[in-house]
Amino acid sequence: MAVLEVSGLTKSFGGVQAVKGVGFSVEAGELLALVGPNGAGKTTCFNMLNGQIRPDAGDVRLAGVSIAGKSPRRIWRMGVGRTFQITATFGSMTVLENIQMVLLSHHRNIHDLWTRATRRHADAALALLDRVGMASQASRPCGVLAYGDLKRVELAMALAGEPRLLLMDEPTAGMAPAERIDLMALTADLVRERGIAVLFTEHDMDVVFTHADRIIVLNRGELIAEGPPAAVRANPHVQEVYLGSGSMYGHAGGKTP
Amino acid sequence: MGFYLVQFLGGLAQASSLFLVAAGLSIIFGVTRIVNFAHGSFYMLGAYLAYTLAERMGGAVGFWSAIALAAVATGVVGVVMELLVLRRLYRGPELFQLLATFGVVLIVQDVALLIWGPEDLLGPRAPGLEGVVRILGRPFPKYELLLIALGPIVLGLLWLLFHRTRWGTLVRAATQDREMTAALGINQTWLFTSVLFVGSLLAGLGGALQIPREAVNLHMDINIVVEAFVVVVVGGMGSVGGAFLAAVLIGLIQAFGILVFPQITLVVVFLFMAVVLVVRPHGLMGRQQATARGAGHVPEAPIHASGMMGRVAAVGLLVVLAALPALFGDYALAVLTEMMILALFAASLHFIMGPGGMVSFGHAAYFGLGAYGAGLLVKHLSGGMVAGLVSAPLFAGLGALLFGWFCVRLSGVYLAMLTLAFAQIVWSIAFQWYAVTGGDNGILGVWPDGWASPRWAFYYLSLVLCAGGVLMLRRVIFSPFGYALRAGRDSPLRADAVGIDVRHLQWLAFTVAGAFAGLAGGLYAYSKGSVFPTLMAIPRSVDGLVMVLLGGVQTLTGPLVGAAVFHALNTEMVRYTDHWRLTLGVAIVLLVVIFPQGIVGTLARLPFFRRKEA
Amino acid sequence: MMLDSPKTRSRRTVLTHLLRGVAGIALATIMTGIVTEASGGAAAAEPVRIGEINSYTGLPAFTLPYRNGWELAVAEINANGGVLGGRMLEVISRDDGGKPDDAVRVANELVSNEKVDVLAGTFFSHIGLAVSDYALRTKKLFMAAEPLTDAMTWEKGNRYTFRLRPSTYMQAAMLVEQAAALPAKRWATVAPNYEYGQSAVTIFKQLLKEKRPDVEFVAEQWPAQGKIDAGSTVQALAAAEPQAIFNVTFGPDLARLVREGTTRGAFDGVSVVSLLTGEPEYLDPMKGEAPTGWIVTGYPWDQIDTPAHKAFLDAYQAKYGDYPRLGSIVGYTTIKSIAAAIEKAGSTETEAMVDAMKGLKVDSPFAQITYRAIDHQATMGAYVGTIAVKDGKGTMIEWTYADGADYLPADDVVLKRRPQ
Ligand SMILES: Nc1ncnc2c1ncn2[C@@H]1O[C@H](COP(=O)(O)OP(=O)(O)OP(=O)(O)O)[C@@H](O)[C@H]1O
Ligand SMILES: [Mg+2]
Repeated sequence: MAVLEVSGLTKSFGGVQAVKGVGFSVEAGELLALVGPNGAGKTTCFNMLNGQIRPDAGDVRLAGVSIAGKSPRRIWRMGVGRTFQITATFGSMTVLENIQMVLLSHHRNIHDLWTRATRRHADAALALLDRVGMASQASRPCGVLAYGDLKRVELAMALAGEPRLLLMDEPTAGMAPAERIDLMALTADLVRERGIAVLFTEHDMDVVFTHADRIIVLNRGELIAEGPPAAVRANPHVQEVYLGSGSMYGHAGGKTP
Repeated sequence: MGFYLVQFLGGLAQASSLFLVAAGLSIIFGVTRIVNFAHGSFYMLGAYLAYTLAERMGGAVGFWSAIALAAVATGVVGVVMELLVLRRLYRGPELFQLLATFGVVLIVQDVALLIWGPEDLLGPRAPGLEGVVRILGRPFPKYELLLIALGPIVLGLLWLLFHRTRWGTLVRAATQDREMTAALGINQTWLFTSVLFVGSLLAGLGGALQIPREAVNLHMDINIVVEAFVVVVVGGMGSVGGAFLAAVLIGLIQAFGILVFPQITLVVVFLFMAVVLVVRPHGLMGRQQATARGAGHVPEAPIHASGMMGRVAAVGLLVVLAALPALFGDYALAVLTEMMILALFAASLHFIMGPGGMVSFGHAAYFGLGAYGAGLLVKHLSGGMVAGLVSAPLFAGLGALLFGWFCVRLSGVYLAMLTLAFAQIVWSIAFQWYAVTGGDNGILGVWPDGWASPRWAFYYLSLVLCAGGVLMLRRVIFSPFGYALRAGRDSPLRADAVGIDVRHLQWLAFTVAGAFAGLAGGLYAYSKGSVFPTLMAIPRSVDGLVMVLLGGVQTLTGPLVGAAVFHALNTEMVRYTDHWRLTLGVAIVLLVVIFPQGIVGTLARLPFFRRKEA
Repeated sequence: MMLDSPKTRSRRTVLTHLLRGVAGIALATIMTGIVTEASGGAAAAEPVRIGEINSYTGLPAFTLPYRNGWELAVAEINANGGVLGGRMLEVISRDDGGKPDDAVRVANELVSNEKVDVLAGTFFSHIGLAVSDYALRTKKLFMAAEPLTDAMTWEKGNRYTFRLRPSTYMQAAMLVEQAAALPAKRWATVAPNYEYGQSAVTIFKQLLKEKRPDVEFVAEQWPAQGKIDAGSTVQALAAAEPQAIFNVTFGPDLARLVREGTTRGAFDGVSVVSLLTGEPEYLDPMKGEAPTGWIVTGYPWDQIDTPAHKAFLDAYQAKYGDYPRLGSIVGYTTIKSIAAAIEKAGSTETEAMVDAMKGLKVDSPFAQITYRAIDHQATMGAYVGTIAVKDGKGTMIEWTYADGADYLPADDVVLKRRPQ
């Protein structure tokens, strides 16, 4: 059974049809890239998958169980981790505390009003940071990190919940090219180690073609292509869409907020 | 029929007056995010200035020019406040400027007394509009008709100003997204200055226009400012049209409310606000505000449990406090007792404001509920002090549990104003339910049990309970719960995405804070021997805010220092000068300028105190 | 912070020193303040010390003339050699900021630090009650000058508290006498929405009904103190078509009510009886717009020609170049009463003074007053008359002095209300 199955997903904001009848699935251990020009509806899709917004129509199944319309925290408890296009971390905490916070939540400790939070799950948190190459910065405040480092912290936070499915919205945006390759290589390793299913969006096509097992292409809210990298790259419709925006083969898409 | 029409028109006239003031407040908040407590003071200044000018100049021309001049002069005063004080504070923590404007309120109160004297001043009637017109046979003052017309006219002019001038476009842009306008390289400082000019001018105009209706007096500031905030919030922060709508609704509800329930005057406005905010969390016409936190503000530093030095200092302080009864007399001990109680109160407010990210303008409700929890026990059940000190936090905690449920559904200033609404509702119950609470004459004879009646004994009791309370709150802040609370404040999005039920935690935090404030209130009741509704009135809530902000909302010890400094200033100045409001106001403004992150907040940033980064 | 430029860094170091200096000085000041308090006021000095508390910032229009009054009394008494054969009076005065809890703190300061022999003052009822309870607890004599609430001497009365000014009950009773003589049968009331307003209306209704069972009360309005929506209130009152109105509002609310009502003709053909409106504090700000024909309690300072009042008036005007308000009388008489009590007691020992206060007779500028032993209420009265406008100013005409002794209920009623 696929880890994630999406069918007929639809959302509109006022007059704008942001996502129209999108359907796809992701298997365990698979890296699926969701690509498309700016404003195609990728983030909106993600937001519906993790419960941040409620779909107008369609279904989202996690290992066969429907999660559409559930709240983000319930969906997270069911094993969906997420990174945000614009990073969202806890700015007043250190890097290590950010991960500890997630672990505390994961282990349902947050109604504990007495023990010292920083003494809980410190080793596990440090191990996760080590895994994403952030151990050396563990005690720095998250509020002062470089953007690329924040992305790594987010990845560690997402992993701390032991997810079955990882949603990564532009995980390498704002990084130097070499860093991007590193991060995605790391992700790919993790996925294989732990059998996680990954859905990620990315504007850097080098990253996509190097690491994605499969690609789906979204344009104006609609899926226009699906398949292995080579097939998608050769798809004339995709080329047409991307020639319009000119970002299929360059690095132009790496946006920072 | 004629009667209802005239009552309707009366409501509209009242609405227009309210709208003028509220519009200015709304514009100032929209652009600068300053919660301007001094707005009522500007209204009062406008009235006084108009009175003096109209008396001097005389005649019809004199009267109307007096009104115009008074408005402009008030605008200039607003500019002066911006240039001298507020400008230095834009990088401070959220709401920090509120503290400076509070200082200005105190200063203006005394300055007005010094200049215009204590007596109410009844100004001239508006020339040409002295009489009445008959509307369906009922007399209606001509001047009120003018006021009714003025509301929509000013609304229209503001609309033109906002939509037909470059300045207006900038103001609207800044209202929607302050960071964005800053990024676009617009000269923010001058935008802010000009906005304060326009906003204060409107306040001054509102005040000036009152002189044909009421005797100018020294309470005009306090009497208008809260209602102006209500109008702004009910309308939707930063929405001038919303403010107009809200003013009209409030004017009419008041005009007709007194026909049905004459006794409802004290609370009707707050009931209305509570209902509106529960149903519409961003007011009638407001939109979700981008939080004021962010680019302009220095991010809060991570918290650290005290190291060796800190612990030694804390133990040292406790030892010193424990030794004081040997050195000091009754009065000094009483003041120190109050300081400790207020420190606990401030710490409880900080608990929701700092880690919780929920500003409360009505925290005194829980202080007061605690005091009544103790007082009612004495009054009705002849309960002893120990029972009273148990029931105080329980009573307050239950109140916080109830009101918190509604409040945590809101955020920012809306949340703050809903807490205020509930506080006022509780206050008016205490104030009016004579049979149970004794009304405004309060409950007397709430004295400590025999063993605790010597001052030193009560001092130790307070020391144990307050230090214990503060340490417990601190412990909670460092617990997983406290971290999760801060997580929800730092990034609600992320918190939700990692399984944290932010609202639920906030609700619990609100309750915990309420209970500790209640404990403080209970102790306070026994230290004073009596309980009055004033304990839960707005000034007490404001005192709490002042203490937290003065000490530094982004620090853990700040509220304690703030409480001590504020209470010391307060009690000492009253002893040495009649003009303690002036000196206290100046002291606060100076402190705010010297310590733009709060006292502890600023000190902690000094190289000497700064923790070395690993 | 990483954002610091070197320049701000060096500026910061300078600031550090500065700040530490300022903080140090501030702390030192506060500490010395507390320390001196602790040691201060030790030697029992010659003078008799009176601790005085009032709402000087909260209600300056009433309390500043009041202060002039007591300062005059102190000056007079000390010029005549003080009390107890040569001890001067010394008043240590404090502002209560309009808050009962602050008043209690200040009272504590006066008693424990300043070692005062007597407490006096207060204006607001709740503050008076708070201080009264404190006086009971610390066993200090408290001369409540101005608070009006009946609870002061009745329900919450205690051994140590005496009150000078005629209570709400007394003043309402004075007006009832006038009201009962009016032909009006349909009455409306308007009063501020707190204890004072409510008791005044309750008493008025009850006493008037006793005298005139034929009257009915057809409307009532309870504007929030200081926030009256005068137009709507006047309109609502007029809608009930009363023949007479009983008003309890005062200060800015009163001015608004009068202006709105006069403009709309709401008082035309309607009798109004009104509490306190004839007091210069409230009458004078209305200038030529004072509501003529209203029957009020007050103080026609320019027309009273008893020798006692004349002497007071001359002394007051000589000292301040201003005319007295009612507050001046109250302040003056408060100190005179305390001095008289001390003389009668022959000491400043509290219990002796309390005993001396019971039945104490004092000459006030109005008339001789007695502090009743039964409830510690002084029999000070008020002037009841009608408002007229002369030379563009409000004044009282056809007034008489209503002696407080005549407007108190029978002793058994008092005993029932006052805990024994
Ligand atoms: N909350 C919202 N309200 C209104 N419109 C929205 C909202 N969120 C997204 N949209 C619109 O929906 C469309 C899809 O936006 P979305 O953010 O999903 O695109 P995206 O593919 O993630 O683009 P990008 O590559 O720029 O991140 C856009 O037209 C956007 O303006
Ligand atoms: Mg996106």
